[in-house]
Amino acid sequence: MIRLVSLLGAGLGLGPVSALAAGPDIGAVQQQATNWPAIFMFLFFVLFTLGITYRAAKGSKSAADFYAAGGGISARTNALAIAGDYMSAASFLGISGLVYSSGFDGLIYSTGFLVGWPIVLFLIAERLRNLGKFTFADVASFRLDQTSIRIISATGTLVVVAFYLIAQMVGAGKLIQLLFGLPYLYAVVIVGALMIIYVAFGGMKATTWVQVIKACLLLGGATFMAGAVLYKYGFSPEKLFATAVQTHPKGDAIMAPGGLVSNPIDSLSLGVGLMFGTAGLPHILMRFFTVSDAQAARKSVFYATGLIGYFYILTFIIGFGGIALLMSDPSYFKLGTDGTTYDKIKDMIGGTNMVAVNLANAVGGPYFLGFISAVAFATILAVVAGLTLAGASAISHDLYAQVFARGRTTEQAEVNLSKASAVGIGIVAIYLGYVFENQNVAFMVGLAFSVAASCNFPVLAMSILWRGTTTWGALIGGLVGLVAAVVMVVLSDAVWVKTFGHPVALFPYANPALFSMPLAFLTIWAVSKIDRTRRGDRERAAFDAQFVRSETGIGASGAHAH
Amino acid sequence: MSTMQTGGPSVTSDARTLHGGGALDMPEPDHRLDRIAEHPTFKTLVHERTRFGWILTGLMLVVYFGFIGLIAFDKALLATKVGGTASLGFYMGMFVIVFAFVLTGIYVARANTRYDRLSADLIRSLAK
Repeated sequence: MIRLVSLLGAGLGLGPVSALAAGPDIGAVQQQATNWPAIFMFLFFVLFTLGITYRAAKGSKSAADFYAAGGGISARTNALAIAGDYMSAASFLGISGLVYSSGFDGLIYSTGFLVGWPIVLFLIAERLRNLGKFTFADVASFRLDQTSIRIISATGTLVVVAFYLIAQMVGAGKLIQLLFGLPYLYAVVIVGALMIIYVAFGGMKATTWVQVIKACLLLGGATFMAGAVLYKYGFSPEKLFATAVQTHPKGDAIMAPGGLVSNPIDSLSLGVGLMFGTAGLPHILMRFFTVSDAQAARKSVFYATGLIGYFYILTFIIGFGGIALLMSDPSYFKLGTDGTTYDKIKDMIGGTNMVAVNLANAVGGPYFLGFISAVAFATILAVVAGLTLAGASAISHDLYAQVFARGRTTEQAEVNLSKASAVGIGIVAIYLGYVFENQNVAFMVGLAFSVAASCNFPVLAMSILWRGTTTWGALIGGLVGLVAAVVMVVLSDAVWVKTFGHPVALFPYANPALFSMPLAFLTIWAVSKIDRTRRGDRERAAFDAQFVRSETGIGASGAHAH
Repeated sequence: MSTMQTGGPSVTSDARTLHGGGALDMPEPDHRLDRIAEHPTFKTLVHERTRFGWILTGLMLVVYFGFIGLIAFDKALLATKVGGTASLGFYMGMFVIVFAFVLTGIYVARANTRYDRLSADLIRSLAK
């Protein structure tokens, strides 16, 4: 079970952390020699993106500029940004490492991550764009009570952002120790400070372009690596697989499903969490408001699905390339006491999360190694910036403007508060990243996905798709989903046994989504059904107006480009 | 656009709930909404698109959970060799990835032609 959790973490954006935290050499992350080519390339990336932030800040005046990049992002650009949010450091390092150590099992994550996208496209994307302005709470509260629905949506958003962000900060610190040879705290402070600058000054425009540039660099680098691997085997995957099977200690077993999903219920629950968590991640949902209309939203998902699918095929080739090219080369391993023997999986320098990085050295030399290291750092930076913006928007646009000020505020005050929130979130994230350095945070990204699938997604889907949904239904159902997901994870092996030290887990599965998500849907349905308040009747009647707009876009917030 | 930006947040929650946010953002009175909702083109558009969306969603769910189900319940089948070293499971995994992309492509192709044309027809006939 713990293996599933830690691997879930690996897949979901947490590879370095989970492997290091759950692996045998916990705390043994050795700071490597300072890697100057990587640092220079990263500095170049930082300067370039700061330049973009400066330009974005000059052009960003209104709330629409800040939250939604003025609605002026094209479908292709948005697709790259969405793909960038998905191609986290851990998708790249974690999944290629997973393929390296277990072969086929890596595909379970790749497919799980991808298949949420068609669902988003068929049911959510266009309607979301037609109904919303800046946050998904705009959509969920369209015909329901502003105060209640924004409180539950913002809570769901902030819980997802908090857990995701902690995991990313700790991951960044550990990764930078390995890649750049910088101390943990430096890395956490650098990541925190840069994300504050991107978000507070450049808003969505800068956050989007940082993500787009990183996506291009990562896709380019991964394409080169996969191409170099295939080139060595005459562009014959069959030859690559044959060499890998001969080299890998597990032999032919790497071509078949292994121990990752020994428990069928857990594998289904994992699938549900991966698939529907995607449709409830606030930083991804926000991206649909940056394009001009529903057509552009639709096209962005199509391109993004292609890019993400292509990327996961690359990571699979990279993982197999690692097996074929690295496993027989002792220079990538910590040698045993006799100076010649090593475990081909456990003894890899930096752990199996470093497979892609070591392979970069093997196929492209030290400068390409520096490039891939810099891209990995840039990846974390771009992802945390998106998360920070989503969190800041929930605080300013949902909680402050609608709940506390009850709509009586100015656009300027709201944007200023959002910028202040970004600074606040950044400081808290640095602090938490520091506090959690030596904690097992592997379960946190899994928890973030489960909450997204069990609170955000049901509230959003039911308010858009079902006429009968009322405020009471959505509020109580969202709350039940949120609490159920958190409680089940707390009672599971990862937290109850591993963190609190109790002897037996009270919840037998690693992933709660299979139970908590249907529970949320069921509660929304049941409570809405028994809701006999007059407000409930008004809300059901208001569905028609919402329905017309969600299906046609007539009256939708248009492009805000100036 | 600026009227909408300032108008949106300043509306009190009760008013929004009463009339529906959409109605407020639109300058037209409510009977126009009824006109759209009862319009035959609107009904065709919504019926076709909703049906198509759910069919494709169903296909995706069947394919993905079929794959996960085989991993959970019949590992031996997925380990079967196809040709040389590559296993059936490997090809099925690749198929799931390609299938997801092709499915989004089919939806977008149909939406770009059929649904966008219906939407344009609807808006044109409402303008009359």
